[in-house]
Amino acid sequence: MRRVTFDGRWLPYLLLFPQLLILLWFFFWPAAQALYQAFTLASPFGGYAEWVGFENFTDMVSQPEYHKAIWVTIVFSAFTTALSLGLGLLFALFADRVLRATDAYRILLIWPYAVAPAIAGALWTFTLDPHSGVVAFALKTVLDWGWNPELSSFDAMVLVVFAAAWKQVAYNFVFFLAGLQSIPRSVIESAAMDGAGPLRRIRDIILPLLSPTTFFLIVLNVVYAFFDTFGIIHVTTEGGPGDATTILVYKVFRDGFIGLDLSASAAQSIILMVVVIALTVFQFRFLERRVHYAG
Amino acid sequence: MTERTPILDILTHVFLILGILVTGFPIYVALVAATLTPQEVNGLPMPMFFGDQLLVNLQETWSRADLGLQLFNSAVQAIGITIGKVAISILSAFAIVYFDFRFKMTAFWIIFMSLMLPIEVRIVPTYEVAANALTPFIWLGEVLGLDDLASWIAGERVSFDVKVSLLNSYAGLIFPLIASATATFLFRQFFLTVPNEMCEAAKVDGAGPMRFLADILLPLSRTNIAALCVILFIYGWNQYLWPLLVTTDPSYSTVVIGIAKLMPSPEAVPEWNLAMTAALIAMAPPVLVVVFLQRLFVRGLVESEK
Repeated sequence: MRRVTFDGRWLPYLLLFPQLLILLWFFFWPAAQALYQAFTLASPFGGYAEWVGFENFTDMVSQPEYHKAIWVTIVFSAFTTALSLGLGLLFALFADRVLRATDAYRILLIWPYAVAPAIAGALWTFTLDPHSGVVAFALKTVLDWGWNPELSSFDAMVLVVFAAAWKQVAYNFVFFLAGLQSIPRSVIESAAMDGAGPLRRIRDIILPLLSPTTFFLIVLNVVYAFFDTFGIIHVTTEGGPGDATTILVYKVFRDGFIGLDLSASAAQSIILMVVVIALTVFQFRFLERRVHYAG
Repeated sequence: MTERTPILDILTHVFLILGILVTGFPIYVALVAATLTPQEVNGLPMPMFFGDQLLVNLQETWSRADLGLQLFNSAVQAIGITIGKVAISILSAFAIVYFDFRFKMTAFWIIFMSLMLPIEVRIVPTYEVAANALTPFIWLGEVLGLDDLASWIAGERVSFDVKVSLLNSYAGLIFPLIASATATFLFRQFFLTVPNEMCEAAKVDGAGPMRFLADILLPLSRTNIAALCVILFIYGWNQYLWPLLVTTDPSYSTVVIGIAKLMPSPEAVPEWNLAMTAALIAMAPPVLVVVFLQRLFVRGLVESEK
């Protein structure tokens, strides 16, 4: 059906102007600059820049530090996504069972979403602080685990994954619960009448029906782990010890602002942009499929 | 409930309560720490029950970190981002849905493509633009030869090399973050569900487009706007990377940045009691928004991510 529209020669452009101005000014111009910087070698104090083609990229890709950052990002995202998706689904399945109490449980489980990543990092740094943190103390006395994220790469990774997943469980919980509550009760009830127990129903009916939500959440969780966890890393470990928790986004920041290596930072930005583009396209593909499922 | 399974019901509640306890655990620890003296906080093990230093810690944190000012700055940033995003998104969605014009698809794609340029992947050049907001215009001036043109007209050397810095300003905290593709899509989606007859009736009654927007579309979108505002307020309040770069002057620091600066450094005796007091204050506004506006929050979250 054709939309009824207004006539106006200049008005639509005027209406779009603020949005497009901000986008061109603070999104596309800087992105173009990043592209330019990625192909040039600049002095950190401005002025002179030399065209070097793909040299920044080849330099970057051959660096062991960069390989490590890729690996750290993959490990960090995989564990954060798995942990927060798993727990979010589990809580949602349980909360969906107790319909009357769902609202109360929902409030009590979703509030961590509202905590800034940096503050989530601060809270868990304290709880897991090797010198005065209660959990670190418990680990030491009960498990005899000399927990120390300042020295051990493994412990540092556990710390950042834990802080990142803690914040994200709430998010997945909301989406899984919404997904569960949109499954028609009649489907579940007829399965129950056919003698399918709760676990069987989860495996054969609920999980397959939730799969579009799950795919969608996996993409969003990976985006979160890749890009929104900067604050967590910056407050908890600052990427250390060594480079044990330096994810790609953190490396872009550190190379650009602390190392003042603009070309290296820009080349990494461009590589990350490609990742975002891939993830966005993927996400919209799945969204189309999801609409298809519903219809 | 599909069947009667008392044991499973009890298990469900036990599991959910366990989840709530684990989720809330760091907050409990932070609350306890906020009531202790520095000696108690650093004692091993730290007491697990409340002390009596809450007021002392509050006072100390408040003056040390200048929390009043930082909370104000955070509020300005969060509210500014919320209003800005909602306003420019409604206008652009309105233009895209209710007008036919030549570059409609181009505009749509420009907005869509911004999804692929998160701040994290363009930090250095965005910072450069903030440090000198006129950079794109100076470049444009050079490319178009405006410098030369102006010099020729004026008869002397003229340069457009003026510097306008957004660093350490509210504009710098807000403007680079207010473009929003998702909010635009959300409003577009919603406007498309508004029946055509509404628009026709408005036109028959002689209402112009702006009148239609103000008197019909906006009142109809009230709940959507409110739900989106909840999400955007939390988004704005919790910003970290951008304010960290753009504010070096403490008088423009937001509270989330302030907390990160209060975190113990390796050189000094850790003051966890103060850091945790401040962390609790900084997270209170968005958490309260979620708790009190739960339905709007869930709606906003689910809608804006679709």
